[in-house]
Amino acid sequence: MNEFPRWKVVSILVFLAALMALAIPSFLPEEQTNTWGAIPHPRISLGLDLAGGSYLLLEADVNDLANSRIDTMRDQIADAMKRATPRIDIGDISTRDGKISFMVRDVTQVDAAREKLLPLTGSGVGFTAQRDWDISVVDSTRFVVTPTKAGLDQAIDRAMSTATDVVRRRIDKLGTKEPTIVRQGASRIVVQVPGLQDPTALKELLGKTAKLEFKMVDENPADLEQASKGIPPLGTQLLPNSDTGGTILVKRSAVLTGGDLVSAKQSFKQEDNSPIVDFTFDTQGGKKFAKITTENVGKRFAVVLDDHVISAPSINTPILGGSGYIEGRFTVQSATELAISLSSGALPINLKVVEERTVGPDLGRDSIEAGVKASIIAVILVIAFMLVTYGRFGLYANYAVVINVVVIMGVLAVLNGTLTLPGIAGFVLTIGTAVDANVLINERIREEQRRGRSVIQSIELGYKEASRTIFEANATHAISGVIMLLLGSGPVKGFAVVLLIGICTSVFTAVTFTRMLVVHWVRRTRPAHLNI
Amino acid sequence: MRLLKLVPDNTNFPFVSLRKWAFGLTILLTLAAVALVFARGLNLGVDFVGGLMIEEKFVTPPSTDKLRSAIDQLHFGEVRLQTVGTDGKTISIKLPPPQSSEKDATNKVVQAVQVAINKIYPDATFSKQDAVSGKVSGELIWKGILAVVLAVLGIGLFAIFRFEWQFGVSTVVAIMHDVLMTLGFFALTQFEFDLNIVAAVLTIIGYSINDKIVIDDRIRENMRRYRKMEMPEIVDLSVNETLPRTVMTSLTILLALFALLIFGGHVLRGFTAAMILGIFVGTYSSIYVSSSLLISLGLRAEPKADATTTGDKTERVAFKDIP
Repeated sequence: MNEFPRWKVVSILVFLAALMALAIPSFLPEEQTNTWGAIPHPRISLGLDLAGGSYLLLEADVNDLANSRIDTMRDQIADAMKRATPRIDIGDISTRDGKISFMVRDVTQVDAAREKLLPLTGSGVGFTAQRDWDISVVDSTRFVVTPTKAGLDQAIDRAMSTATDVVRRRIDKLGTKEPTIVRQGASRIVVQVPGLQDPTALKELLGKTAKLEFKMVDENPADLEQASKGIPPLGTQLLPNSDTGGTILVKRSAVLTGGDLVSAKQSFKQEDNSPIVDFTFDTQGGKKFAKITTENVGKRFAVVLDDHVISAPSINTPILGGSGYIEGRFTVQSATELAISLSSGALPINLKVVEERTVGPDLGRDSIEAGVKASIIAVILVIAFMLVTYGRFGLYANYAVVINVVVIMGVLAVLNGTLTLPGIAGFVLTIGTAVDANVLINERIREEQRRGRSVIQSIELGYKEASRTIFEANATHAISGVIMLLLGSGPVKGFAVVLLIGICTSVFTAVTFTRMLVVHWVRRTRPAHLNI
Repeated sequence: MRLLKLVPDNTNFPFVSLRKWAFGLTILLTLAAVALVFARGLNLGVDFVGGLMIEEKFVTPPSTDKLRSAIDQLHFGEVRLQTVGTDGKTISIKLPPPQSSEKDATNKVVQAVQVAINKIYPDATFSKQDAVSGKVSGELIWKGILAVVLAVLGIGLFAIFRFEWQFGVSTVVAIMHDVLMTLGFFALTQFEFDLNIVAAVLTIIGYSINDKIVIDDRIRENMRRYRKMEMPEIVDLSVNETLPRTVMTSLTILLALFALLIFGGHVLRGFTAAMILGIFVGTYSSIYVSSSLLISLGLRAEPKADATTTGDKTERVAFKDIP
C-alpha cells in the first residue's frame, strides 16, 4: 500500500488543482478576465442553443456556376476566334450537355483554332499538367470543349472561398460579436451568429448581392465647401471612406458597376514591387472605362462597395486595355482583400439557406437556468445517495465527483469547447456514470471483505479488479462518444465532447484520486474492519 | 453508522432458469416494437423530414384551435401544433418546407406566421426556429443511422477483441434489442424523434454496453476461477455478484436523469425520457439477452491452456498468491 510517496501525492493534487483553476475564468465576468493580460484565461463559450443566436447552413448552386462558366467560355472562344489574324470563321456554336461545340468553317484553320483555344482552356497558371477543359475535334472541323472535373472543382473552390469572404464581410457589417463563418465540404458554408435577435436581417443580408460601383470623386472646391456644411450639392453624395476614414464627396451616378468587372487579383507593381490590385473589365466595361479615363486624367474615381468607398485612386494615364490596377497604401494582405471584394462585389456563386436554426435569447436563458438547476439537484441527490450507501468511501467518491465536474469545465475551457444544452445533459450523465467507477470499486471491496480478506487485501483487490472492468467499460463508452463527435452536428457534438472529457477525467478522479485518499486514511488509522 | 444496503449480501436469484421464458418475452416485445414502428411510424422532427418548426412563447396558454385556423388561412400546407413544456405556454408549430424555390421563401413563411399569431396574441414572442431543407434532412437521417450502426459495430469488435467472439455476438444482439425497444417506445408515445434522440440512442448504447461489459468481465473471471462449473451456474453467480453494483449504478443515473427530466426544461425532455427508458431496457438486456445468449452460443468454461495476452497471465498469478 506504499505506492503513494509524498511526491506522487503532491503531483496529483497540483495536477487536479491546475485543471480546476482553468475553470475559474469561465465563472468570472468577461470584463474582469480581459484585464489579466498575459495570464491565460480560457473560457467556455456557450453554444447557440444557450446563448441564443442563429445557425445557417448555406449551400452553393454548383450547377449554376458550371453553366455560367460554360457560357463565359463560349463567349471567350467566339471573341478569340474573331480577334485572330487572320480571322477564324466559326459557326454553329452551342452549349449542350455541359459541353461547348462549334465548327470551324475553313478546314485549313483547324490547327490555328486549336492554337487559339489552348491558352484559353489551360489552368491559367503556366504549363501545368492539369487542364481546365478538354479539347477534341470530331468530323475534322467540329471542336468539342468539355470542362474537366479538376477544372470545375477548382473553379468551385475559388468561388467558394470568395463567397465565404463575401459572407464574412457582410456579417461583420451586422456588428454582431464573434460570428463564425466556416466552409464545410466542397460547396457549403456554415454561419453561426450568437446573440442575434432577428435572423431575418441576417438572411436578407446574405441573400443580397453586394453592390460595387465606380464613381467619380467631386473635387470642385465650391462643391466641397457646400458639402462640408452637410448639404452635398445636387447629383453628389458624401460617402464614408473606409480607406482613409472620414467621408468623401462623389458623384451620385455610377460610371461603372461590379457587373462590368470580369476579375481582380492582387499583384505587384513592376517599378517598386509595391502591392497593387489588377482588375479587368468585360468588353463593354473596358470601352466605357477607356473613355472615362481618357476624359478625366488627373482626377480621382472612387471604388464604392455597399456605399462605402474602399479606395479612391487618381487616374494617372488613360486606361485603354480594359484592365488596369489600383494602387494605394496597400499591404499584400489589404490588396488581396480589396481584390477579393472587387471580384466578389457580387457573390460569385448563388447561395441558398438549406438549414437554419435560431434560438431566441429568452429560451437560451431559460435553458441555462433549467440546466444549472437540474445539474445542482442531480449532484446533491447523487452525493446523498453515495454517502448513505458507502459512508466514508462514499464521501471520497463524492469529493471525486465534485472535483471531476470542475475539472471537466477546466478541460472544456482549454479545448476551446462550446457548452450546449445537450452538453449540460452530458454533465448530468457524467455525474451518474462517474460514480459507477466508485460503485464498482466499493462493491468489490465489500465483496472481498465478505470473503474474509484483510482490510488491506480487500482494498488492494477491490481497486485492482475493478480497475480492469472500469477500463473496459469506459473504452466501449468512449467508442460511442467518438462516433457522436465525428458524425454528430452542433449540439450533439457538444454532448459528445463533455462525455468524452468526462470519461477521461473520471477515470483519474474516481480511481487514482480516491485510492490516494483511501490509502492515506488506512495508513493513518489502521482500521481492523471496513464499514462499507 | 449503519450503511444502506439495497441488495442483501450473497443473493442467489435463479436468473438463468427463467431465461427460456425471458427469451420468449424479449422476442415478443421486440417484434411488437418493430411492428409499432412500422404501423404508427415515428413522429419525426424537422431534422429528419425537412420543413419548418417555429416555437412561440405565449403569456397565457393560447387556444390551439384559434392558432391552427389562423395559420391554415395562410395556406402553407399541413400545420401541426404541439404544446411543449409543462405550463402550456409554449407551442411548437410545424410546417412542410415552403414550395416556392425563392431564396427567402422560408423567411416569408416565418414572417407571415409571426404576423398571423401576433394578430390574435400580440404578446407572443418567438423563442426558437428550425428550418431544414429536404436535402439536409436526408443527410441527417443517413448520418444518424450510420452513427448507430458504427457504434454497434465498433463496440462489437471491441468485445470480440477483448473477450471471446461469443461476447461480441451476444453484446451486439443485446444492443440491437435496446435500439429497437427505444424506437418502439418513440413509436408508441409519438414523442418527437429528432437529432437529440439520436444522441440519446447512442448514449443508451454506451450505457448498455457499459453494463454488459461489467457482467461479461465477471463471467470471464468466474470462468477462470471455477473451471469445472457449468455455464448457467457461472452466469447466475456472476449476475448475482454484480447485482449490487447494477442496482446502485442504475439508481444513481436514474436519480440524475429524473432531476434532468423534472427541472431540465422542455428542450431536453425527449432526450431524458429516452435515456430513462434506456437504463431499464439496457439493464434488462444485460441479464436476459447478452448473458443468457452466452449460454446458447456455447461458451464453455475451459479457457485455452496458453493465455493470449500477458495481462491474462499476471491476473492468474495474482489469484494463486491470494489464499
